[in-house]
Amino acid sequence: MSPISRGFTGRRRPADDPSRLPPGQYSERGFPVLSAGPTPHTPLDEWSFLIDGVVEAPVSWPWEEFLGLPAETVTVDIHCVTKWSKLDTTWKGVSVDTLLEGVETPAAYLTAWSDGGYTTNVALEDVTGGKAWVAYEYDGEPLEPEHGGPARLLVPHLYFWKSAKWVRGLTLTLDDEPGFWETYGYHNRGDPWLEQRYQGD
Amino acid sequence: MAELVPETARVTSLVLDLPGWPGHRAGQHVDVRLTAEDGYQAQRSYSIASAPEDEHVVLTVERLQDGEVSPYLVDVLRAGDELELRGPIGGYFVWEESLGGPLVLIGGGSGVVPLRSMLRHWVTTSRAVPVRLLYSSRSWNEVIYRDELVGYSAAHARAGVRFALTREWPQGFTGHTGRITRELLADVAGAPDGRPIIYVCGPTGFVEAAAEWLVELGHAPGRIRTERFGPTGS
Repeated sequence: MSPISRGFTGRRRPADDPSRLPPGQYSERGFPVLSAGPTPHTPLDEWSFLIDGVVEAPVSWPWEEFLGLPAETVTVDIHCVTKWSKLDTTWKGVSVDTLLEGVETPAAYLTAWSDGGYTTNVALEDVTGGKAWVAYEYDGEPLEPEHGGPARLLVPHLYFWKSAKWVRGLTLTLDDEPGFWETYGYHNRGDPWLEQRYQGD
Repeated sequence: MAELVPETARVTSLVLDLPGWPGHRAGQHVDVRLTAEDGYQAQRSYSIASAPEDEHVVLTVERLQDGEVSPYLVDVLRAGDELELRGPIGGYFVWEESLGGPLVLIGGGSGVVPLRSMLRHWVTTSRAVPVRLLYSSRSWNEVIYRDELVGYSAAHARAGVRFALTREWPQGFTGHTGRITRELLADVAGAPDGRPIIYVCGPTGFVEAAAEWLVELGHAPGRIRTERFGPTGS
């Protein structure tokens, strides 16, 4: 039980639908930026997206080909472990299902890796079945570098550190291998509705 | 809550008595959770301002105009009140002696808070390692920990503290005036050959600009650790 904070009433925003805010989150109108190091700027002619790891044959797409893949536009709520949530964000990108089409693999997990060295791990079942995208547009505009452009992973049903900015590939793995924040004490799965913020939650 | 210490007009330090505190590393933060009588809760993260060696854990909080938690912490909370917190949290934006140096700290506004924890830790453990702090603030009156920071340069041969004031500055101010520049960063960070480990903390625009310039100047991206701080931007 939490102690009552004497004199604290809070400033609930009546416009927010509480059923859409996971426990401990507040609704943010802006779009805060968080990252552990400098923003990388990879020229698009050097950019490609790679699926590798325990696969029969790795696949990769240069930028122009990636844009040619069937894309989807989705409107989703996102939840950052630093307590803000942003409702109704609109993204355009390629579904992870599309990227994995025809990929033969015994993998149960994958590590998303990014320019700048960031990594994050997710279970395959958390990013397939219409649950994740590699997004390159936000709100109808090309995704800005500070928000992860040219492309970022989008896994809206998990805390947003799983939605790796500047993503360049997915490495399929047999075992679950903790990524960057997961080795620094953050939760391995990160389900906001279960408030899985840190290890032990 | 043991004590409240006003730092500037908008910034207050909360000095905490934490029985059973497991200890922290310089640069880590805590989550503070407030609970209203009807059970409504609000949580925010705050950097720890004290060194691991300090007697008390200190949080330094900037009162945000439209904030939900910070106005409560600064205006309502009193010595003797109970505060629920969780931590320490975070393991990357952390400096300890084994990471070596030169240690370069670049802070904007209340982004100086975790850097101050690192400086205090440096004083008690690592005075052989060179340390340099560049701290950008709007005005001299808004410089947090001003006397303490000014004192480091005077007391320690290997410590250099420099201020940049962006809006107003007192007559005779000898630091940098205006926003930080690439040239100023080059000077503070030193040659990339020296392989400094660099911590940048502040509002997003400040952090983006500083980190980008440091990379352009030749510093390895892997040696630059960033943390955004203060009001959430757009």
